[in-house]
Amino acid sequence: MSQLEIKDLHVSIGEKKIVKGLTLTVRSGEVHAIMGPNGTGKSTLAKAVAGHPSFTITSGDVLLDGKSILAMQPDERARAGLFLAFQYPSEIPGVSIANFIRAAVQARLGEGAELDASSYYKRLYSKMDLLKMDRKFTSRAINDGFSGGEKKRCEILQMAMLEPKIAMMDETDSGLDIDALRIVADGVNALRSTNLGVLMITHYQRLLGYIVPDHVHVMWDGRIVKSGDKDLALELEAKGYDWVKNELVPA
Amino acid sequence: MSELTETESLAAPIADTLDNPVQGIDQAAGNFSYKMDYEFDAGTGLSEATVRYISSVKKEAPWILEFRLNALKQFFAKPMPTHWATKDLENINFDKIRYYLSSGQKPKRTWDEVPDDIKKTFERLGIPEQERKFLAGVEAQFDSEAAYSNIKDLVAKQGVIFANSTEALREHPEIFRKFFGKVIPTGDNKFSALNSAVFSGGSFIYVPKGVKVAHPLQAYFRINAENFGQFERTLIIADEGAELTYMEGCTAPKFSTSTLHSAVVELVALKGAKIQYITVQNWANNVFNLVTKRGVAHEEAEIKWIDCNIGSRLTMKYPGVVLKGRKARGEVISIALANDGQHQDTGAKMIHAADETTSNIVAKSISVGQGRSTYRGVVHIPKHLKGCKNNTECDALLINTNSRTDTYPAITVRGDANSVQHEASVSKVSEEQIFYMQQRGLTEGQAMSLSVNGFVNDLASQFPMEYSVELKRLIDLEMEGSVG
Repeated sequence: MSQLEIKDLHVSIGEKKIVKGLTLTVRSGEVHAIMGPNGTGKSTLAKAVAGHPSFTITSGDVLLDGKSILAMQPDERARAGLFLAFQYPSEIPGVSIANFIRAAVQARLGEGAELDASSYYKRLYSKMDLLKMDRKFTSRAINDGFSGGEKKRCEILQMAMLEPKIAMMDETDSGLDIDALRIVADGVNALRSTNLGVLMITHYQRLLGYIVPDHVHVMWDGRIVKSGDKDLALELEAKGYDWVKNELVPA
Repeated sequence: MSELTETESLAAPIADTLDNPVQGIDQAAGNFSYKMDYEFDAGTGLSEATVRYISSVKKEAPWILEFRLNALKQFFAKPMPTHWATKDLENINFDKIRYYLSSGQKPKRTWDEVPDDIKKTFERLGIPEQERKFLAGVEAQFDSEAAYSNIKDLVAKQGVIFANSTEALREHPEIFRKFFGKVIPTGDNKFSALNSAVFSGGSFIYVPKGVKVAHPLQAYFRINAENFGQFERTLIIADEGAELTYMEGCTAPKFSTSTLHSAVVELVALKGAKIQYITVQNWANNVFNLVTKRGVAHEEAEIKWIDCNIGSRLTMKYPGVVLKGRKARGEVISIALANDGQHQDTGAKMIHAADETTSNIVAKSISVGQGRSTYRGVVHIPKHLKGCKNNTECDALLINTNSRTDTYPAITVRGDANSVQHEASVSKVSEEQIFYMQQRGLTEGQAMSLSVNGFVNDLASQFPMEYSVELKRLIDLEMEGSVG
């Protein structure tokens, strides 16, 4: 049983305050969705928690299983069990998917321990089958020339291989057509388990029709202004963000 | 391709018309040379006596001594090429350089005196114990004569002559004299003149007509100590339809007190022959590595240089191919990695001298920290030729903001019956890329390594397996120290 606790978190980029006191706890087995309009700080929240060097945490704390991770490097946070599925994953020319994930898996082994190649590939192929990915995919350079759908599926494949405790998924639905969205959602649903906590960040309700969340939070101007169950997403969809602005945000 | 038996191919004469393989070709078109003022500017550490001593130790024929003495004069006469190359060349102290180490001299260093970082690198690269001692200069000779003889005997059955330069000039002058110093004339540049005066070691290979050597021949320290000298001289001749791959170097840093390495490598691919020459070198940070490499490709012949330069204080090396016969092909694939305090000034020369000749240059450089890499290339296609093609790609990767890269491509194509393609790119490993990889659990250093390995991957995959594995480990080591 794991949990990610975000406590009264304040995040700035340079002088600009983006996240302004956000509190949220995600436990294993739960799927949380954070919804909100563009520019409200959703992606900043995810990147700051992952340790992106451009963001400064000015106050508050982030704990993974009771231990603050703020002093940890991004790679230490990752190895501790935190995963971020990127909205815009980076291309790494010349590095194949298979070799990239292998390096990431290897990084989780102790000093001197060598990954067994045949069992690694066996596991990789079974996860690819699960995500309905062609095996030829593994030799392509990671994200290099990928379509939007391929990039997102590649993110989910990495998530499947690295088995994080907590996964943050940043706008996983953006740039996907309906078929790609369904495949990605099927993949995430297949990974849902009592061992995984998920924090989904999305602008639209659309994704939540495929990945049904346990909790929905509405974010506005750097804070969570309303929390509820999956019905909140539907309500938000029906009433629009003006409803949030006019009724939920304290004057 | 003729179907000759082994005995026939051995006896096959080399065509007399090939006496001077580059006769009539204006090689100056490909030289980085400018007007010279003939000032005597070389130091006095090197004298006629040194050259005579080397020649007598090697029991050389009079013509070789004469060749050396003539070269020495040219070396003294030629100025440093600092009008186009880096001023750092002026820091070479020719007085302090030892030009010849006779085999009787024992190294004076003990294993304990070898710096720890060098020992650690040997460890990490998985260099066998015995070889480490040789590389570190603790032992003069690496005992692998047995392995060397095996290779020699094996290829000798096909009529191949594979010997060190001293032996070959003594025992097979009829073959090697025709080509020796012809592809790269003594006076090609100051350092080819220096090499011609004091050369020692290196390999001489002759592959007879139609013979395809199945295994790559290696000029490794695994063959003999002399091959790893400062001024080695290599000459490879592939007769009509012959094929050969040759590999030199080693990814372990060569720890040496000598600070100047200046080799000359000449290749001759006769009609329809193929030569592939692979180099992986990792010099210590104090070494000036100034090497002249050139091949002549006759009709339908192919010469491919695969060149990987890591380490050294300054490397200047521009492997070239003179495309002398119709449909000859030339290729240079090069990787250079310049770390702090290092300057890799590398590139390629393609001199088209016949119709329908094609050349391809792919150069990738990586600058780390304050490292500097320079691409310098020449492609020359004269007006009267038809159907010639060149493709040049230079890609530079910068790791830190203070890294530096320069590109000086000189492409001269005259006439309208030829085609050229040139692409150059400079990229940086971005903060976003590093963060992405770190988010997957890789340390910053591992992330850098992976990016660099990815950058050279398409070229590294052309190396033989053992070399590409060593190259990857070496890049990992180089990148480890690059992040703060």
